[in-house]
Amino acid sequence: MSAAVQTELERTRVRARRRQQSKNWTLFLLFAGPNILLILAFIYYPLFSNMYYSTLDWRLGSSSATPVGLENYASFFTSASGIEVWRVTGIFTAGAVLGSMVLGLLIALVLNKKIPGKTAARTAVFSPYVLSGVGVAMVWNFIFDPTRGGLAHILDFFGFDSPEWYLNEDWSLLMVIVVYVWKNLGYCAVVFLAGLQSIPKDLIEAATIDRAGPIRRFVSVTLPLLTPTVFFLLVTNILFSMTNAFDILRTMTPSGHGTNTIIFEIYLQSFGAYQRAGYSAAIAVVLFFTLFFITAVQLRFVERKVHYS
Amino acid sequence: MRRGSWLDAFSRQNLADTIFTGYLPIFVALLVIVLPLAWMVSSSFKPPSEIVTLSPTLLPQDPTAGNYGDVVDRVPLLTMFGNSVYVTLVGSSIKVFLAVTTAYALVFIRVPGRNFIFLGILVALMVPPEVSMLPNYLTITSLGGRDTLWGIILPGLGTAFGTFLLRQHFKALPKEMFEAAELDGAGHFRKLFQIAAPVSIPAIATVGLVTVVNEWNSFLWPLVITGSAEKMTLPVGLNLLQSVETQAGSYGILMAGAVIVIVPMLVIFAALQKYIVAGLTQGSVK
Repeated sequence: MSAAVQTELERTRVRARRRQQSKNWTLFLLFAGPNILLILAFIYYPLFSNMYYSTLDWRLGSSSATPVGLENYASFFTSASGIEVWRVTGIFTAGAVLGSMVLGLLIALVLNKKIPGKTAARTAVFSPYVLSGVGVAMVWNFIFDPTRGGLAHILDFFGFDSPEWYLNEDWSLLMVIVVYVWKNLGYCAVVFLAGLQSIPKDLIEAATIDRAGPIRRFVSVTLPLLTPTVFFLLVTNILFSMTNAFDILRTMTPSGHGTNTIIFEIYLQSFGAYQRAGYSAAIAVVLFFTLFFITAVQLRFVERKVHYS
Repeated sequence: MRRGSWLDAFSRQNLADTIFTGYLPIFVALLVIVLPLAWMVSSSFKPPSEIVTLSPTLLPQDPTAGNYGDVVDRVPLLTMFGNSVYVTLVGSSIKVFLAVTTAYALVFIRVPGRNFIFLGILVALMVPPEVSMLPNYLTITSLGGRDTLWGIILPGLGTAFGTFLLRQHFKALPKEMFEAAELDGAGHFRKLFQIAAPVSIPAIATVGLVTVVNEWNSFLWPLVITGSAEKMTLPVGLNLLQSVETQAGSYGILMAGAVIVIVPMLVIFAALQKYIVAGLTQGSVK
């Protein structure tokens, strides 16, 4: 074969590859383009435009905005109302995550036993997780009603007075935590159950033969093997509780009475009475970076470093 | 002592163990889960006099469907129900379709940088819709989508979750299947719609059901973008109802509203829980 023919062949090959590549790109954009475009327009663009809005002193609906640099951020981290949001978010997250994980684990341990009807029980326990937060919150509003609610009647039966759940800020925060845990614990139970079922039976049996009691077996065998599940749930629950609770908060305490978590504050600041859109955007940016940080920690640290044994 | 005898199962020790660490806790847990929902359904059939009484009964003494009629009088409930069904069905179908085609492209169409594009989609998964709320409100308003059903649907259509789930699934499909189709001269369209999609029905159903659950329950965005009762979805409409009905006697009406938004999902979940649980707990089982 002459050199000329060879280069001609090479050129044809390159051309064919290019044609194939541009055909591939066309197909790729046809298949994935619309979704990518939507993600860019309604997730990425907002993420970055929020960063711009966060540097403005600007009311929603107003045509004028004053650039204020990082003042909104400074205000969120130092003002009394900003610190209050951090405090409420911290308590809500801790209560919601611990409550649903501890109760979820207890239920999973029970459901892990060989008892008839446990599949139906599992379904029932998980069901609140898929129900409308608004509907669920309305039901619990009635239950918590200090004079007409079911809880007041139960407390009355045992000789207690029902506290003013909606008037006292500490009680209202506890109230929304209880409802969030009620809705969320089935999720934890199901994930814990999957974790428990992946623990080899012979390890538990070996511990039993070594005369370890149920508590000892749980602490020395089950719990260490469950660490990956615990960390997974810890991270996802922190993320969920910071974002998913809005419908419960807004329905149970419409104007945020001691229940202003970050997500609720973002809404109240721009769409509530204040209409401080710039300040709200700053909080949204802070929330995004908080979530991003938690996820990054999970991917970098937890996923790699937590091992069995 | 002989271990493992079948008689052990009936020993007093084992029986007590099963009751106190098995049935009793499950019973308590079920009570805590079911009682509020039972209270909701029962109260929705109670006349106001039975709601405000100081000695309530679990079951209505004089059942009435009047509360349901009252809800319809207060808010355009049937329109809202229709809106919710429309938004859920249209939104979910488009989302699932886009998830299938995007996941297919990411796995089977070779272009440089597709892993980078996937990474971009993964990061999008981390941005909660609440963070995009304000800019999306401005975008949709400027497009004239305020107080419209398409304005509710459009910003949520880009799907990172479904794409992620289906990509994992497509990656696990046997390569030979597609190679055989290629030998028969099948292009990407046929490979997607005649092979990849049909063999992945369970995974697609999982994505679809999780999407349906989320769309039906979605609250913040529809709350922000709708203003008139005729364009509201059920959760937003019920929130409006609650702000109007503030007397103690109107709990019956509110519970009727709660039943209407909760029961459809409860029924779908009871029938198809296997797929929904699989989707919502995805990634947890290592």
